Amino acid sequence: MSGSGRRITDEEINELVSKLQSLLPESRRRNTGRASASKLLKETCSYIKSLHREVDGLSDRLSGLMATMDSNSPQADIIRSLLRS
Amino acid sequence: MESKSFTTGNRDNPNTDLHGSKNMMASHFLRALFRIQQTSTSSSSFAGRSRRIRRAAYASMAYSAGARRAWSRALLRKLRSRARLRFPRRLSRTARPQRRDMDQAQVLRKLVPGGPSMDYCKLLEETADYIRCLTTQVRLMQTVMDSISSYAHHPMIP
Repeated sequence: MSGSGRRITDEEINELVSKLQSLLPESRRRNTGRASASKLLKETCSYIKSLHREVDGLSDRLSGLMATMDSNSPQADIIRSLLRS
Repeated sequence: MESKSFTTGNRDNPNTDLHGSKNMMASHFLRALFRIQQTSTSSSSFAGRSRRIRRAAYASMAYSAGARRAWSRALLRKLRSRARLRFPRRLSRTARPQRRDMDQAQVLRKLVPGGPSMDYCKLLEETADYIRCLTTQVRLMQTVMDSISSYAHHPMIP
């Protein structure tokens, strides 16, 4: 959509910013309301950081769970069956 | 098994690519998990395994979006260089935000892969896609977690 030679209108920017707002979870959207783009971007940054932390946390937890599995355990079969479905 | 919530996902999303890329993400991630589990020994460190899982998560995200997105291309380059995956990245000096809300745009550029070389408009587009992908990956990991741990509590005894 965007090319480097093209003039980008404020309207297009606003549209993109409100699209970002729609991607925020409800609780974060309440914080921004009809806030400025700056506030919305701040909330977006905060949200992305929390998602990164979730990936970290889930990786840790999966690591812990996998420590209890060996290749013959039923949990390995679960992963295999998830693959097939 | 709670796989329903992952695969049906967001019905409002008009992006028809999403379903296909979700499947790709899931199969890539599960395959990687399986490999990690197979090559993991009792002496493997918890932290090392966790790092591999984390890397697999970001790889699955990047592969599911493929070359279609600037953020996924940047992430794939990073993964291929075997560099340590670190967020947020160091800010590049080439980025030049065009609007008043420049401070937050700079912060955002550090968080989205490939951000530093994007203009403001591109950054907003890529961020939206990156968030969608991240939330999908998180849901996937939660689904896998639930499947494995619910088994541990309710084993099928013949």
